[in-house]
Amino acid sequence: MGSVLRLWKLCYVEPVKFQSFGSNKNAEKRQQQQQEERSVSEVESVVQKNGRDDDDDRKKKKNRGKRKSREWRCVDSCCWVIGCLCSVWWLLLFLYHWLPVALPGFQPLESPGARLSREGVRALHPVVLVPGISTGGLELWEGKPCSEGLFRKRLWGGSFTEILRRPLCWLEHLSLDNETGLDPPGIRVRAVPGLVAADYFAPGYFVWAVLIQNLAKIGYEEKNLHMAAYDWRLSFQNTEIRDQALSRLKSTIELMYLTNGCKKVVVVPHSMGVLYFLHFLKWVEGPPPTGGNGGPGWCAKHIKAIMNIGPPFLGVPKAVSNLLSSEGKDVAIIRAMDPGVLDSEILGLQTLEHAMRVARTWDSIISLIPKGGETIWGDLDWSPEEGHGCGLAKRRTLQSSGTNMNSNRADGKITFSVMKEPAKYGRIISFGKEASYLPSLQLPSVDLKELLLGSPSTISNSTCREVWTEYDELSRESIRDVADNKVYTSRTLLDLLRFVAPKMMQRAESHFSHGIADNLDDPKYDHYKYWSNPLEMRLPDAPDMEIYCLYGVGIPTERSYVYKMAPTGKCKSIPFRIDSTAEGYEDSCLKGGVYFVDGDESVPVLSSGFMCARGWRGKTRFNPSGATAYVREYQHRPPASLLEGRGAASGAHVDIMGNVAFIEDVLRVAAGATGEEIGGDRIHSDIMRMLERINIRL
Amino acid sequence: MPLIQRRKAAEADRAPSSDEKIAQDVREDEDRKKKESPSNKKKKAGEKNKWSCLDSCCWFVGCVCTVWWLLLFLYNAMPSSFPQYVTEAITGPLPDPPGVKLKKEGLTVKHPVVFVPGIVTGGLELWEGHECSEGLFRKRLWGGTFGEVYKRPLCWVEHMSLDNETGLDPPGIRVRPVTGLVAADYFMPGYFVWAVLIANLARIGYEEKNMYMAAYDWRLSFQNTEVRDQTLSRIKSHIEMMVATSGGKKAVVIPHSMGVLYFLHFMKWVEAPAPMGGGGGPDWCSKHIKAIMNIGGPFLGVPKAVAGLFSTEAKDIAVARTIAPGFLSNDIFRVQTLQRVMKMSRTWDSTMSMIPKGGDTIWGGLDWSPEEGYLPSKGRQRMNDSQVSSESGTNNSGCPARVNYGRIISFGKDVAESPSSEIEMIDFRDAVKGQNLANTTCRDVWTEYHDMGIEGVRAVAEHKVYTAETVLDLLHFVAPKMMARGSAHFSYGIADDLDDPKYKHYKYWSNPLETRLPNASDIEIFSLYGVGIPTERAYIYKLSPSAECYIPFQIDTSFEGEDEDSCLKDGVDTVDGDETVPVLSAGFMCAKGWRGKTRFNPSGIRTYNREYEHAPPANLLEGRGTQSGSHVDVMGNFALIEDIIRVAAGATGEDLGGDQVYSDIFKWSEKINLAL
Repeated sequence: MGSVLRLWKLCYVEPVKFQSFGSNKNAEKRQQQQQEERSVSEVESVVQKNGRDDDDDRKKKKNRGKRKSREWRCVDSCCWVIGCLCSVWWLLLFLYHWLPVALPGFQPLESPGARLSREGVRALHPVVLVPGISTGGLELWEGKPCSEGLFRKRLWGGSFTEILRRPLCWLEHLSLDNETGLDPPGIRVRAVPGLVAADYFAPGYFVWAVLIQNLAKIGYEEKNLHMAAYDWRLSFQNTEIRDQALSRLKSTIELMYLTNGCKKVVVVPHSMGVLYFLHFLKWVEGPPPTGGNGGPGWCAKHIKAIMNIGPPFLGVPKAVSNLLSSEGKDVAIIRAMDPGVLDSEILGLQTLEHAMRVARTWDSIISLIPKGGETIWGDLDWSPEEGHGCGLAKRRTLQSSGTNMNSNRADGKITFSVMKEPAKYGRIISFGKEASYLPSLQLPSVDLKELLLGSPSTISNSTCREVWTEYDELSRESIRDVADNKVYTSRTLLDLLRFVAPKMMQRAESHFSHGIADNLDDPKYDHYKYWSNPLEMRLPDAPDMEIYCLYGVGIPTERSYVYKMAPTGKCKSIPFRIDSTAEGYEDSCLKGGVYFVDGDESVPVLSSGFMCARGWRGKTRFNPSGATAYVREYQHRPPASLLEGRGAASGAHVDIMGNVAFIEDVLRVAAGATGEEIGGDRIHSDIMRMLERINIRL
Repeated sequence: MPLIQRRKAAEADRAPSSDEKIAQDVREDEDRKKKESPSNKKKKAGEKNKWSCLDSCCWFVGCVCTVWWLLLFLYNAMPSSFPQYVTEAITGPLPDPPGVKLKKEGLTVKHPVVFVPGIVTGGLELWEGHECSEGLFRKRLWGGTFGEVYKRPLCWVEHMSLDNETGLDPPGIRVRPVTGLVAADYFMPGYFVWAVLIANLARIGYEEKNMYMAAYDWRLSFQNTEVRDQTLSRIKSHIEMMVATSGGKKAVVIPHSMGVLYFLHFMKWVEAPAPMGGGGGPDWCSKHIKAIMNIGGPFLGVPKAVAGLFSTEAKDIAVARTIAPGFLSNDIFRVQTLQRVMKMSRTWDSTMSMIPKGGDTIWGGLDWSPEEGYLPSKGRQRMNDSQVSSESGTNNSGCPARVNYGRIISFGKDVAESPSSEIEMIDFRDAVKGQNLANTTCRDVWTEYHDMGIEGVRAVAEHKVYTAETVLDLLHFVAPKMMARGSAHFSYGIADDLDDPKYKHYKYWSNPLETRLPNASDIEIFSLYGVGIPTERAYIYKLSPSAECYIPFQIDTSFEGEDEDSCLKDGVDTVDGDETVPVLSAGFMCAKGWRGKTRFNPSGIRTYNREYEHAPPANLLEGRGTQSGSHVDVMGNFALIEDIIRVAAGATGEDLGGDQVYSDIFKWSEKINLAL
């Protein structure tokens, strides 16, 4: 009896006492439970979810009489575990905060800014940074009721928490109007101004921050360092129409020129910012109303150098795949950020469709479609990069036939002879793997223009209304026709896009052009749609201006794609997708349905280097005043260890902004050095050989 | 060792009860839960309280965390309009914010808007620093969370200070203002400054392209912001650009607090010829500015600034105190917080722009002041006489709690109240400054007081009473270096002859009594300020108990007025105002100095006084209130916001309803005898 009593005491009284250590409230709660002998309260069940042996406990519950004691024990131990974890976490956090900022013994590399500062390099020319696509922050100024509380909060950039909390609302606010390419009614999303606009894309993921920090080391501050933030979703001219972004940039450059003792500015555009600034150069000297009325000498007076980083002068093939099936890497950064979300069911399996619908309202992407047609990018049988080997380190040109056979069998296709042919990069889109390397004679040719004439019939889209994309307007047959055409080069590609996305292309083609000018004196080239295409504009009359093309090389970069038809689903409205099963043999450039060439992971060497290495080299018709152009390549070296973060010698499209050699070049030029002084051209890739193959009149 | 003991004890405990079914279960249970067993065993072992304490702590923390996460989750899942429902349920429906209301009336964007923030409200960030500031590059030192104040206080003070000689950056340190609207929308998280106004303007269509925050480094003297950062040039260029891109619509400028003086300086600067000025030509202002809506403008300075400089005891200027009142008096800085703050703030030239201007003519002499007869609570009986009036026996018999506001600083209460003839003033200026007192212990908190020596300190105290004019001499005496720097940038007098070429110098530009307004009859100048809050106006000082490293003077907080109505509280005489700026300073220029065509306003720019009676927030849910009149909170006052939005959308001062006055400002202005 005594032992029973003791046990009773053990099980009922002690725990109560024990709990009263904590808080009375909790103790009361537990007591109640025990007395009432009921199942666990709601609060408890939530807590219990954390428990490991939750199930065990539930089973035990069936044995009346004993389970109460176990119930609270489980909950308690859960609480105990959580408490321990929390306390330890806080302790660590606390220690971390009180840690001396620089660990003794851990000596980080001296930053190039600090080194140059010791060498006596000082801030001289004001610097203007022009961010690229998708790196600039966007914030909300006016929105629909669902965006309550987000006034002046970032929708793009920063932590992107709103994607998870209200994804549809977020998409709605980031879209532009499908007709005008401007704000939809009732929504105003604007670019974040200032250096914060693009120093970090997301917390911890730097874009400009490292460069800014190094510039500051040699004396730059906000008065001689300006971030020309603009709304990167809009077409370039529309940023002026809606936000007067170009006028603001002009006024800022003039101000910086004046307040810094009439020192010309050094402009550092990145990625799409390169094209934006090209547009600005033409705009600022153009007469009003479409121009900035700066007069013909404006650029010569105000600009010392343009240091283009990773410039997609002639476009990027990625933009095509992105527009066609939202499958690019860089442009649809959303994917890279949380790949799980795209495939999961959060948006009801239509993430890609949503992304496509939103991205297609962004005119700026059209500026990145490959320019110059087949002359630059190659046609069915020819491309400037042919013979490029993809075992980049090994530099092997052709593969052994043994591996050939193996991979062929694996594919189950019978193609022997062609395998030794180099990849035909000119075929930017091919349907089916064979189509990507068959000789052109064997390919069917359907003229898409005929398709364009036949008006597409609308399929009923009752169930898919909210993810409506323009594909829904295409009939099944016309989609098959598109696929039957098998191969698209950069010229026919435009027809393809016009066919599958007529509205978008109609909107965008009034803002961008993708050809090569025959006669630059033609007055039509005064129209702003030609200003961002280096092959259809003349550089301003500024012989002293220096133009640099700085880009990374040594990373496989998307160049052409193998597509397939998507399995038909009801709302799976994107009918094409990259055929990721199409693999080449070991050393092939074909991986996961994508042919790769040398580049910086986003922009092929061809696009970034051509203008500086050839198109503008010396006095050409694109560069009548003979402004000097330099090519500076940075060989990619992956970070040696995790401690290095994204690497001090990276050549990737964005990570290059942390490349030490690159930063040093920018700093030296900003401090007054000329292109010759920093060493002129610096080339690692085959760019010069590639360019010789391009037959363009200069 | 304790672990083993514990196990043994547990087994021993279990042994007797093993025949019971329950106990068996317990054991099974225990086997199953071996991994998390410490807590369970211990509970079974019951009596061992020694280690169950730690466990129960863990348990408690765990509970709290879980509940916290649960609440956090619920909070995040809650629709964001929920707090509004609650508020409305308790207080009844809220009025529409003015932006929404005016949008319904059909107002839209018209004129571009320029904000000029005041002192201490703008953020400052680090661009270059000493080693101790590692990792703070482009982080806010001022504004934001002030986390660094706690983490490395000395480093922080070092970086916030300016050079004592030049008033510019110390070598190796560059601290620069944050730019853009973020510079001063919130001072700290949750403490709005401009945010409410910006949000309401956005409702009628404003955005970044037609709103501009003219952020400047508020520590520098006004001209130095141009010398170092070219801030004035940037503002000029930005206004020009905004006017050009908005189709020639002139800008509406909204300065707040010290920004008012800054913009006054700007207007003179922009029209003055280069190199001292901006070279904008004589009609720049009339071409680019539609209206200037000064919020809580300390046109004639604030008495607080004196106290701030004299003994670091003002509220607004040494905001650091308000942020962490406990922390000032405790030991973090080894009791020398105030000295350090004084040393730091004395390197900030801008504080000197707010020293009362206009001398005795404006602020009153020993026996006279424009505000005399003011009663703090108007609702009460006026004839609530007190002994003070009979004792002091001055001639204004109508007023009970008579305070000689003119005596901005007095030593001892009796001095503050006795007639001037009875006060024995000993000239302190000739007093010999003693040799450095033992300077060894105080080296790192060295302030200029240590140069004065005991003799000097005593001489200052023996002078007894200081008016607005003699206060200047006092400051020159106690802080010669600072005042030498400051008087090169600011002036505090009244001009006799504005044609005198010396008034072309920039040091006069921020003193409305020594400049002419620009020649622009289309501009409208508004003075918007809150009233109905007691505001510091004069101080009673005492010598502090002498300790080596101390500031020798401090406000004598032991003095209270004799009755409830008295304006004397804690050694401070208060008048009507917005808690920081007395009505006289905020309202005089628009009520009298510039009203009509005067010599300060030769082109006859129209001026309007618009006062906002303070009404404290009805309950906690209202936050800082929608009808507040206090210096910063007035920026959330719905009536003020509505006025601003109307003007920005094109209304004139007449459309708003002209003057709107609650205080006695016109009566007081009458008393001031100033040639106009």
